[in-house]
Parts: sequence; C-alpha cells; structure tokens
Amino acid sequence: MSATEAAVEVSPEELLTINAARELRDGQVCLVGVGPPNAAANLARRLQAPGCVLVYESGAIGAQPVRLPLSIGDDDLAATALELVSVVEMFNFWIGGGRIDVGFLGAAQIDSHANLNTTAIGSYEHPKVRLPGAGGAPEIAACAKSVIVIVRHSPRTFVERLDFVTSLAHKRGHTVVITDLGVLRPADDGELELVAVHPGVDVAQIQEATGWDLRIAAEVDHTPPVTRHELNELRDLRASAGR
Amino acid sequence: MLSAVELREAIAEHVRDGMTVALEGFTHLIPFAAGHELIRQGRRELTLVRMTPDLIYDQLIGMGCARKLIFSYGGNPGVGSLHRFRDAVENGWPGPLEIIEHSHAGLANAYAAGAANLPFGVLRGYAGTDLVEHNDQVASVACPFTGEQLSAVRAVRPDVSVIHAQQADRHGNVLLWGLAGVQKEAVLAAGAAIATVEEIVEELDPPPHSVILPAWTIAAVCHVPGGAHPSYAAGYSVRDNDFYSAWDEISRDRDRFGDWMREHVLEEVPA
Repeated sequence: MSATEAAVEVSPEELLTINAARELRDGQVCLVGVGPPNAAANLARRLQAPGCVLVYESGAIGAQPVRLPLSIGDDDLAATALELVSVVEMFNFWIGGGRIDVGFLGAAQIDSHANLNTTAIGSYEHPKVRLPGAGGAPEIAACAKSVIVIVRHSPRTFVERLDFVTSLAHKRGHTVVITDLGVLRPADDGELELVAVHPGVDVAQIQEATGWDLRIAAEVDHTPPVTRHELNELRDLRASAGR
Repeated sequence: MLSAVELREAIAEHVRDGMTVALEGFTHLIPFAAGHELIRQGRRELTLVRMTPDLIYDQLIGMGCARKLIFSYGGNPGVGSLHRFRDAVENGWPGPLEIIEHSHAGLANAYAAGAANLPFGVLRGYAGTDLVEHNDQVASVACPFTGEQLSAVRAVRPDVSVIHAQQADRHGNVLLWGLAGVQKEAVLAAGAAIATVEEIVEELDPPPHSVILPAWTIAAVCHVPGGAHPSYAAGYSVRDNDFYSAWDEISRDRDRFGDWMREHVLEEVPA
C-alpha cells in the first residue's frame, strides 16, 4: 500500500459498498436486491469476481448490466440476462430450491443474532415509520447458502430488540454483517461478534454505535484500506446509472 | 376476431366499487394508464393486490380509491419510500388503509394457487418471522408425507386483473416478453382480465422469453401505446428512472401530490 493510496478519502457508503464487494468470489451465484447490494455486486464483477452470476428476484438470471440498474427490474437486466423466469419460478425453483450461493440483505434494524427488520419502526398497527416490508428478504435469508448483510452502523439500527422480525439472517458460519465501521460475524452460539474494524475506526467507537453490549473477537482484524482502483471503479459504476 | 375497446369502456364495464383488483407487472409492464383510468372514474373501496405497489398504487391510495392493500414490498425501488402509502398507513390519510402483507414468495404462490384453482399455496418461508401473526392469510400446515411443517398461503382470486403487454393479434391473443413477473398467474387467477397493449399486429411473432395469453383468457384488449409509463415495455420504451426519482419529491407533500394528479391524471384526456 503506497502513501498516496492510503490517503484515499471515501464516504461511509463507499467504504461499506467496497467491503461488501470484497466478500464475493468469482463464479458465485449471487442474489441481488435494490440499493447498496446492487452496487456491491456489480462492483465485484468489475474487480475480483468477473464471473459472478447475478440473479435478480425480478426473474433475470445471469444478468450483466452495463449501467448500474436503479431498480431490480431495469431494462438492462432483462436485455443482458442468460435466462428470464417468472417471479413464481424465481422464488420456488431458484431461491426456494437452494440454488443461490450468496444473498445480499439490508435492514432498518438488526439485532445481536442478525435478525432483520424491514417492516416498521414502532408498533406494527401504528408505526412511527412504515418501511417497505419483506419483499424477497425472508426467503433469501432462509434459503441462500450464505448471507451478506449491508447496514450503516448506529444505535438506531443496531438494536437490542427489533420492532418487527421480518427475516432471520443467521446461518452458522455463513453470515457476515458489513457496516461502515467494521465487520461482524456470528460466533459458534450464533451471537454476532466484531471481527474487523475499518482503517481509523476503534473498537470503542463501534461499541458506542451498537445498542447492546457487543461481543468482541479475541483478535480484531483491520480491513485493508480502500484502494484508488476500487474507488474509481465504484464511482464510474455509479456514474453509469445516469447514462 | 378482436374488437379492441376503449380503456375507458373496459374499466367502466368490468371494475366496480368494492371489488378486488390486481394491476400486475413486476417493475416492467406496469399498467399505469389503466390505474389512471380507475382514478379518473373515481373507483372507491377497492381491495388492491400487487406484489410491489409501486408508484401506481401510491397514486391510487393517495387519491382515495383503496380500502385494503394486499402486497409484499411497498417501496419506490432504488429510491426509498412510497409517501402516499406511508401517509395512509401511518396517519390514515386520505382514509384508513387495511393492509395484508406477504413476502414476495408468499404472494407469488398465492397468485399461483389462484391460477390453479387451488385453495392455498405452500412454501417453506415465513417460519420465525412476525409476518405470520399479522396476516390471517398465512397458516402453518404439515406435509402429509413427511410431517414437515410448512407455510400455507390462501389463494388470491382478484375479481379483475389488469396487465400491460407489448402486443395483441387480430384474434385478441396477448403477447408479452422480457421480465414477465406474475402476470400470467394474475390473469388466470382472476374472474376477468383486461390487457392494455402497445401495438395491435396482424400476427404474433413471439421472441424468446415470451408469455402468450390466449384470447379466451382476456375479457378486454385496449390499444394504449405508452400505457406503462413511467414503467416500461421492453422493445418499445425504457424505464423512466428520472421520474421514479422525481416522484419522491412530488409525493412527499399532500398538496403537491394533489396538484400533480389533477394536472397529469384527472385533467388529462386520454388519446
């Protein structure tokens, strides 16, 4: 890592997306949702995982979008896909059938066991904030072989008790939670454990941003600094959305 | 032989207040023009079914057409909230909105069961989630062969389903291609189906990834070019992502939303 590379300045969103992209391996079959997961999966295709197979719940299998799609049903996805299937087939044969290696998920709230809330903040009947709801998340969480949760780290998001359980993302040894501060994985008993921090972040800062007494691994790693190359590729990808 | 009808007539003939209506199209081929016609005709007390309510149900809800919503993802994809949907659920504006919410897999299987004339669909999902206790259309069922506990979802049988497709031929057979969503299931599950189409052609020449709905499964075919905008019809248009982004601001405020609907929907005279 040269001095100039170490000086690269990234936004929290970029840090999170780039670290999520690093988790993907070439050739994996990856179910992609809207928002940051979409950016992370398409970034991985430009970096270490060009042969990553992108599956969108809208029915596109093996999509190779040139532009970063805004929605999971953009025209570019269908036009470049190897196969298009109905939504019923997508959920029953491909997701429910266990053919997805990696599923990406986001959440408004996450608890210490990687359960996720994307439904409502406050009570269900009289929500303070009504969120979009489940979508494909419960089945992706239940049926994908591994799950990458992408979420911003704050006490409002990392809560002791979810207002609503939408999805159960815990898979022993196959769940990773990537935040803008660090990386968490479930320990043997299923409770999330801090295993790495991003450059310049300390453990105390992460504890403060977590709404429960966070378990810390015996040895906490540092994620490699974001490189100029990674950042350029991500920014170029984002710029492509408007093209 | 096809006799294409005006969209205005098709909606007036088939959709009545209080009916269960599904306007389907998963991001692609969303029947916006038909939704706007429902708004112009002032339909009330509808039970609206859609996997992704999208902007079209945000508009129907904000204009007071819906009593109940059956759905599985109520967001503006890639942008954020559906503000009219949120205002209805959070504040009861413009009126109370009852919601029945599924996961995508749950609602897709409910449509498929409806199309198959079965009372329920079956899947592994929902276990351990809070969705079950808030949705009386989901129940636990034991596999009669293995005893495995599975989830049952009650079939969805809309009174009317509406879809947008690329083409119909002179016999009234309807062709759609690209992302096909749950349109085939929604049409076959419904008591009656209306299709708006981009083009009426002499003979269909189906490209790969096509779905054909035979004329005898469709009650009315209406020629409505551009009827999916701001969604799109592959081969005819691209998704208007700028409008989806702009909707966030337009829909955030009740008055601004009302002004927009008056100018672009209520006072718009369809071609």
